[in-house]
Amino acid sequence: MPTDRALGRRGKAMQISPQEFKPQARAALKDATLQQALGRAKVGFTEKRRKGVEHFDDFEALRERGRRIRDHALNHMDEYLERLESMVQAAGGQVHWARDDAEARDIILGLCQQRQARRVTKSKSMITEEIALNPALERAGMDVVETDLGEYIIQLAKEPPSHIIGPAIHKTRQQISELFDTYHHQGALKAKLREIPELVTEAREVLRDKFLSADVGITGANFLVAETGSIVLVTNEGNADLTHTLPGMHISVAGIDKVVPTLEDATTLLRLLGRSATGQEMSCYTTFVTGPRRTDDPDGPEEFHLVLLDNGRSRMLSGPYRDMLRCIRCAACMNHCPVYGAIGGHAYGWVYPGPMGSVLTPLFVGLENARDLPHACTLNGRCATVCPVKIPLPDLLRQLRSDQFRQDIVDRRTRLGLRVWGYLARQPRLYSLATRVGSRLLRILGGRRGRLSRLPLAGGWTSGRDFPAPQGARFRDQWKKRQQQRRQA
Amino acid sequence: MAAAELLERAGYRVEVPEGQTCCGQPAWNSGDEEQARELARQAIHQLREFDHVVVPSGSCAATMICHYPTLLAGDREWQDAAYDLARRTRELTAFLAEASVEPTETPARFPGKVTYHDSCSGLRQLTIHDQPRQLLQRVEGLTLQEMEDTEVCCGFGGTFCIKYPEISEHMVSDKVERIQESGARAVLGGDLGCLMNIAGRMQRLGVPVKAYHVAEVLAGHADGPGIGEKG
Ligand code: SF4
Repeated sequence: MPTDRALGRRGKAMQISPQEFKPQARAALKDATLQQALGRAKVGFTEKRRKGVEHFDDFEALRERGRRIRDHALNHMDEYLERLESMVQAAGGQVHWARDDAEARDIILGLCQQRQARRVTKSKSMITEEIALNPALERAGMDVVETDLGEYIIQLAKEPPSHIIGPAIHKTRQQISELFDTYHHQGALKAKLREIPELVTEAREVLRDKFLSADVGITGANFLVAETGSIVLVTNEGNADLTHTLPGMHISVAGIDKVVPTLEDATTLLRLLGRSATGQEMSCYTTFVTGPRRTDDPDGPEEFHLVLLDNGRSRMLSGPYRDMLRCIRCAACMNHCPVYGAIGGHAYGWVYPGPMGSVLTPLFVGLENARDLPHACTLNGRCATVCPVKIPLPDLLRQLRSDQFRQDIVDRRTRLGLRVWGYLARQPRLYSLATRVGSRLLRILGGRRGRLSRLPLAGGWTSGRDFPAPQGARFRDQWKKRQQQRRQA
Repeated sequence: MAAAELLERAGYRVEVPEGQTCCGQPAWNSGDEEQARELARQAIHQLREFDHVVVPSGSCAATMICHYPTLLAGDREWQDAAYDLARRTRELTAFLAEASVEPTETPARFPGKVTYHDSCSGLRQLTIHDQPRQLLQRVEGLTLQEMEDTEVCCGFGGTFCIKYPEISEHMVSDKVERIQESGARAVLGGDLGCLMNIAGRMQRLGVPVKAYHVAEVLAGHADGPGIGEKG
């Protein structure tokens, strides 16, 4: 479980946390700029995936293969991790095991200090968000530079990512123009709206100097290949390659769940990943990194370190949420989630948003610290149909609800309501009486208009919708009457 | 009532067992497994003697077909009965499409453009998609105009819409926009929860589109007020 420091890691500008889901969601719905950004993002991602999958012969079969590969890897995780470790060592790298986020931070900080690092470049990695790495390095006096364009933008904005593959998806072009004006031009451009290529070129120029002067490069890893001891890095900007080849030391941080047996397995998963994430057959840059620079290599770091993080994953492996560990972080589930589409990623309050986040966050930070997340879902199931490794996300959310119910982490109104309703539903006579009285009452309340714009105990519904008052007699009564008439006829 | 008539017309004898209450879906989706189990047993018991159990709502059908067996897995006494019920249970449009009896009486009429909202449970758990569309082809005068995002959730989600009304409202507003863009004069569906949600939002906004259960249109009963409207 992450330490308090990791939970309280958010930038000063924003105070967000999973406990505050409701108010955060409400604020997001009212934020016109955010809504504008979300509207565009939603259509973009779903369209791209649809096309990417359409052009593939049998995507369903590929999904099934992906699921099997991941399940097999999880079933034999200990073996494959051992093999990975020995292969990394054989290639001249070092492996470090971290039980939790604090241990991982200490290991990485220690390595950077050993190298007397002043500047650290990073390529986008959700796991370094999970362990709240940047603030720890900054506190130690290092200059930490995010090199993925989206990450760079939110680093300037002092915000956490709102999406696992498009961290700045919630930002509009206007907002980015303003940020660049402030940080690159000291406000000289007066927040002028600029074109995207221009903004990209400018960021590249700023980042180039940083790449060249970095002492340590930190990346995540999309997959870990046991048979060769390689880590797989996927980007569309090539920034991961500049991050790991230019400095003297490369540190890769990965969850222990990322291990797969063979290169072939990794390529199968890469085909799923690209199409599910952005509809691409392959991302623009896919790199297999095996150990540090060899004598005949033209470039590469002198040292290679792989930090393997558990942080609750081995606990997940032995429980009912094991399926969640198949996740390859493609983001298809959030791209197709109508709740995410309405509120964006920050409302979820921690590192991982959307459906996968609603499962992972309670498991990482504790059910009682993320009460809303398992419920903030209509169980519509669209996420599970696009997940490339067939994770039954709605079932896992429902399972979390059961765990909450059993552990009594449910608000009193819900529990009471369920009790009363459940009691009635088990007493057919009473249920019938209650619905008869209820429908009569609603009919009276509905009045001449036949619908209700305020409803006792369901204010939520009627704040934005009418509630239909029952029309005529209840079905059951109508039915009885009809049967009687028939018998008489 | 429309559903019962459709079944009778297809040649079945329809009964509505006394003592039938609720399939238990609200408990199951709220994490109250114990209560859900009890209601599942109750329903299985009440429905034990019927050849077919036809449910005019996708989500209730999905609960009985997909979730009862999961809920009662490991319960020696009830597990098999749960599977047996699942085998006999069908969602209404799936049943009618499978039965494929030619309508003996005059076919229903519903002139004009309609659009169809695919309710999530029916669509993804029971693969109800083509069946209602197939059945609607038999309705005279009706043209089906598909809307964008027809398979995207309307934001109902059972207790979800009470717990997170603002998010739910945002979602149903999107849905209503898509319905309006389609130019249909009515939206049809196979799940009462979704239909009430959509109809409620349309009425609040004053959108002049009617909402009907697909069975009402198929049975020729959709000449009156739509869901949530006063006759
Ligand atoms: S849960 Fe599935 S869809 Fe979501 S990010 Fe993980 S792999 Fe992708």
